[in-house]
Amino acid sequence: MEHEITLIVNGTARRARVPARRLLSDCLRHDLGLTGTHVGCEHGVCGCCTVLLDGRPVRSCLTFAVTVDGAELTTVEGLAGRDGRLSAVQRAFAECHGLQCGFCTPGFLCTVTALLAENPAPTDDEVIDGISGNLCRCTGYQNIVKAVHRAAELLAEEA
Amino acid sequence: MKPPPFTYHAPRDLAAAVRTLAEVDGKVLAGGQSLIPMLNMRLAAPAHLVDINRAEGLGGIEADPAGVRVGALARHSEVERSGAHPLLTRALRLVAHPVIRNRGTVVGSLVHADPAAELPAVLAVLGGAVRVARWDGGAVAVREVPAAEFFVGPMESAVAPGELAVSAFFPALGAHDGVAFEEVARRHGDYALAGVCAVVTPRGAKVACVGVGPVPVVVDLGDLVNLDSGAPDPRAAADLRAAADLRAAAEAVREATEPEADIHASAAYRRHLVGVLAERALREAAREGAAARGA
Amino acid sequence: MTTRLFGERVPRREDPRLLTGQGRYLDDLGREALAAAFVRAPHAHARIRDIDVAGALDVAGLVAVYTWEDLPERAGRALPLLIPHPALTHGRTAYPLARDVVRHVGEPVVMVVATDRYAAEDACALIQVDYEPLKPVAGLEEAVQGVRLVHEDVPGNVGAHLVQEVMTADGRGAREAIETSPHTLAFRLDIERSASMPLEGRGVYARWDGRDLRVYSSTQTSTSVRMAVAAALGLPLPQVEVIAPDVGGGFGVKIVHPWPEEVLVPWAAMTLGREVKWSEDRREHFVSSAHERGQVQYVRVGFDDDGRVLGLDVTILHDHGAYTPYGIIVPIVTSTQLPGPYKPGSYRVEFTSVYTNTVQVTPYRGAGRPQAVFCMERTMDKIARYLGKDRTEVRAANFIRPEEFPYDQGMTFQDGRPLIYDSGNYPEMLRMIKELIGWDSFERRPGRGIGIGCYVEGTGVGPYEGGHVQITSDGRVHVSTGLTSQGQGHETAFAQIAATELGVPIERVSVVTGDTRRFGYAVGTFASRAAVVSGNAIALACRKVRRKALRIAADALEANPDDLDIADGIVHVAGAPSAAIPLSTVAVLANPLRYAFDDETARATQFAGAASPDRPPVAEGEEPGLEGRDYYSPIRSTFAAGMHAAVVETDPDTAEIKVVRYAVVHDCGRLINPMIVEGQIHGGVAQGIGGALYERIVYDQHGQLVNASFMDFLMPYATEIPHIETGHLETPSPLNPLGIKGAGEAGVIPVSAVIASAIEDAEGIEIDRMPLSPSDLFDLRTTHRP
Repeated sequence: MEHEITLIVNGTARRARVPARRLLSDCLRHDLGLTGTHVGCEHGVCGCCTVLLDGRPVRSCLTFAVTVDGAELTTVEGLAGRDGRLSAVQRAFAECHGLQCGFCTPGFLCTVTALLAENPAPTDDEVIDGISGNLCRCTGYQNIVKAVHRAAELLAEEA
Repeated sequence: MKPPPFTYHAPRDLAAAVRTLAEVDGKVLAGGQSLIPMLNMRLAAPAHLVDINRAEGLGGIEADPAGVRVGALARHSEVERSGAHPLLTRALRLVAHPVIRNRGTVVGSLVHADPAAELPAVLAVLGGAVRVARWDGGAVAVREVPAAEFFVGPMESAVAPGELAVSAFFPALGAHDGVAFEEVARRHGDYALAGVCAVVTPRGAKVACVGVGPVPVVVDLGDLVNLDSGAPDPRAAADLRAAADLRAAAEAVREATEPEADIHASAAYRRHLVGVLAERALREAAREGAAARGA
Repeated sequence: MTTRLFGERVPRREDPRLLTGQGRYLDDLGREALAAAFVRAPHAHARIRDIDVAGALDVAGLVAVYTWEDLPERAGRALPLLIPHPALTHGRTAYPLARDVVRHVGEPVVMVVATDRYAAEDACALIQVDYEPLKPVAGLEEAVQGVRLVHEDVPGNVGAHLVQEVMTADGRGAREAIETSPHTLAFRLDIERSASMPLEGRGVYARWDGRDLRVYSSTQTSTSVRMAVAAALGLPLPQVEVIAPDVGGGFGVKIVHPWPEEVLVPWAAMTLGREVKWSEDRREHFVSSAHERGQVQYVRVGFDDDGRVLGLDVTILHDHGAYTPYGIIVPIVTSTQLPGPYKPGSYRVEFTSVYTNTVQVTPYRGAGRPQAVFCMERTMDKIARYLGKDRTEVRAANFIRPEEFPYDQGMTFQDGRPLIYDSGNYPEMLRMIKELIGWDSFERRPGRGIGIGCYVEGTGVGPYEGGHVQITSDGRVHVSTGLTSQGQGHETAFAQIAATELGVPIERVSVVTGDTRRFGYAVGTFASRAAVVSGNAIALACRKVRRKALRIAADALEANPDDLDIADGIVHVAGAPSAAIPLSTVAVLANPLRYAFDDETARATQFAGAASPDRPPVAEGEEPGLEGRDYYSPIRSTFAAGMHAAVVETDPDTAEIKVVRYAVVHDCGRLINPMIVEGQIHGGVAQGIGGALYERIVYDQHGQLVNASFMDFLMPYATEIPHIETGHLETPSPLNPLGIKGAGEAGVIPVSAVIASAIEDAEGIEIDRMPLSPSDLFDLRTTHRP
């Protein structure tokens, strides 16, 4: 049986017909064509599939699309401004070389966007704790941590 | 790694939820942070999934002088932020990662009954209870299951087929009680290799240990731990006794546990570790209790 | 030159798309494609009696089910042995789908194609395979006993056996030299299995239009996949194109090819006349791709009172899993890189590479070097401990001196060429690392130790890479090279090289890698070779184009080419800035036209008067277009080097191990982009710390991989990785025009050795096995100080 659902993704209402077992990650990627959300483990450990559900980061691979019918979602495609200008977090990742292959990056960007919304000036420990559920196999995290601090600076400057 | 097909139910209230559970052989979906990985790996294949996320009245965190009642849909992060119970808050910070805590539920963790998980130990050491509901043919019937009876075995709780855990009750701490949660995990956020949750009250001390038995191992240490001296200083004679008490307590804890080996740690290491952590947790809880008493 | 960019921290040009979700990874392509999934062996060793697919036939969305018997003869052949070697006397490779016998858990047995992956997995679950379980060979120790066999026709499970020996100056062998040494030590070392574990798994997507086949693969070598697929499917090469899209990490595992799926998915697409895609999931990646590292080493060393090694005799048992598609590159690299920056008086190394009923072993970042360095550096520490000397002093006593380069280690390297180090300065590097970590002022106490590790890494192996550079009439510069990218920032680094060589703004340069439509000849991305080999090829191609541009501009400006320079994309006469012509115009003039397509190109048409009537429009020896192609084929490898040091604290009660400081000094020759190089170092060190303290692939005695998930295979999070301090030393390579050596693998290589050294220092217990968990350390303490 299929379910007709509506998701508000990056500010736009999107409808989809999905079986109950469709993971939110697959719904975003394959039903809605938003392939920026990546799938790295499908058991909730790597964090590549992290998206914002009503503003809070969650694993889209551990969520059924039908469960969040009607919810507001933000994916990596929705982080830049409407004018296409990259968000402070995105710019900081580029500036600090916080990504290499880029596969884990969307999950980090969503996680960090929410982290800084809640805690605009995190300490080093708070940054590390905040990103501690996201795996990166390329960067060794150092430049990601740097990027989070830089993003906090940029956000403060632009506030 | 895609979940197998199932029939989906999204009841709108508790009665509908338990009615559905009475009719079908179904698994309950709340936060899904443990269930969905098992579905994705096809380690579980329930014919029916009863998603309670849309059911009214199952959320909420209610605190009164007796304790905190946490509803089935209260997420870890929500309970953590509420700060409603100091020991629960401390334990929640050790549960997985912040992103998982945004979705996972406290009651779900209890029902999942992973012997290495933190929250069952908290319920056990506090002597809390889980409220379980079922459909008795005409109405919702509810029973309270005390922690001591709730954890039946590894990954097995007292929630029977057809039942739904609707809330958990965590008894409040006394004004002069001290608590601590100490654990060692391989990586930050992993299930603990061993962990100890301690409550020290003016009447005695109690610990619950994780990762060293099929269910949380509760050890009532009575007045084995000298409560008058919060942080033992080995130079003072009284504190020498206190330090000896702590070592004796650690030994008692070690003896009460039956750890097993796995790829992450040997049984001998876990047994050693749980004693070390018991000593640390008791020392910290005693220090906190002493501070609360102004000692 | 205003456009000099080589050596600068240029922001990455791939980032804007990757930061906005606009990257195109394998699974992002082919939204309409059918999905493939596989029934994989649940047993480590079993004979297939029967396959019953009947149960799957009713699954909604099922399109096709294939077993080995369904494959045509060519496609069903055993996969190629990519790198044969005379010592690999019993090389064995798998069939694309298991034929009669499975030899490791995870081996593909049945291929299912369905409308989506959910349906394909449903069908897989309903296919019944009747197995006759055979006794598995579960570990190295069991393999060498040779009682049970992985392959019936491989006696003793021995795939390869190789001895290399470098004699002393007076012609004595290592064993003899050890016998006559003042001091000797003998010990055993163990390294466990780990895996590359990129966050994007493998994946293949194929489209067949009835004549041409286009394959996308998450690979480290698209050109070789192309040749392998064309051969397996019997297609003419020009009808096959292979493209590596954005690739979510490789770290070695994706250099292996053709994977069974790279043959099967295109074949299914051709057979069905539909697009087919397979995106590997994480469990599949654990049980069916490749692992590395597992070795046991037996070491004997003889040395003098100063700690100088007079003879070194190493016997290695190498676990290569169930198959050897990549030959014996890993143990060869271990054997030949083991001497590192030192000159042992004589060196004998013998390895036996054996089959086990486990996933095949192929290179993972470092490719046998972490094991080699663990062996050599443990040896150095043991000598120092025995003699009561500072560990750095013993190392210094054994270093190759700066004036001794080029230094011939007297062996044959993995490229089949002599192992001759091109350049380096090890004493200076040691001075730098000691200063960076504060070696001489370190305050040692129980539970706090310092460690060091040194390595030399053969990088930039041949045989060659190529570059193609085209400047079009809009002034844009299009660079392509055949090797692929998995996050190394090639689009940026290669653009820096091109912009510098051509004198154009980097914004005008675009780089394409891993697309056989753009460049068909290449080897691949591995062995820290991309910057060295493709980088130099692109530089050489740019120089060709530059010379051509100057020739054409000289004609137009009526100047001598030697007087011309290019800056900001404009050719001008040195000292006369007004006498200038933009490269866009030069590109127009380079391509005589009959038909203009805009105002600019009208200048190149036949009545525009640009060409001399005295010679043909395209002069003899010239080609139309402002473009050029060149190749760089190194005479032999370059040799990068590095030294790492760490401070570690161990908890006296819980045996937890914490890396509190980590310092790196490395030399990869000239740096193209220091920001990218540092990123490579950080990532490598993090993988090294994973390998030293967290990651191990665990098989039980039944050959089951018991930790095939990210819950139990413990890749470090940010919380496990310390801040990494880096220092650069640049000794340019004399072997290539740009003087570069390569840095991709560097970070990971010495980490296990360094951490072992530091834990040993903190604990006073010899560390002979990696990785080391708190439980392992507790057990060591219990044994050594009960």
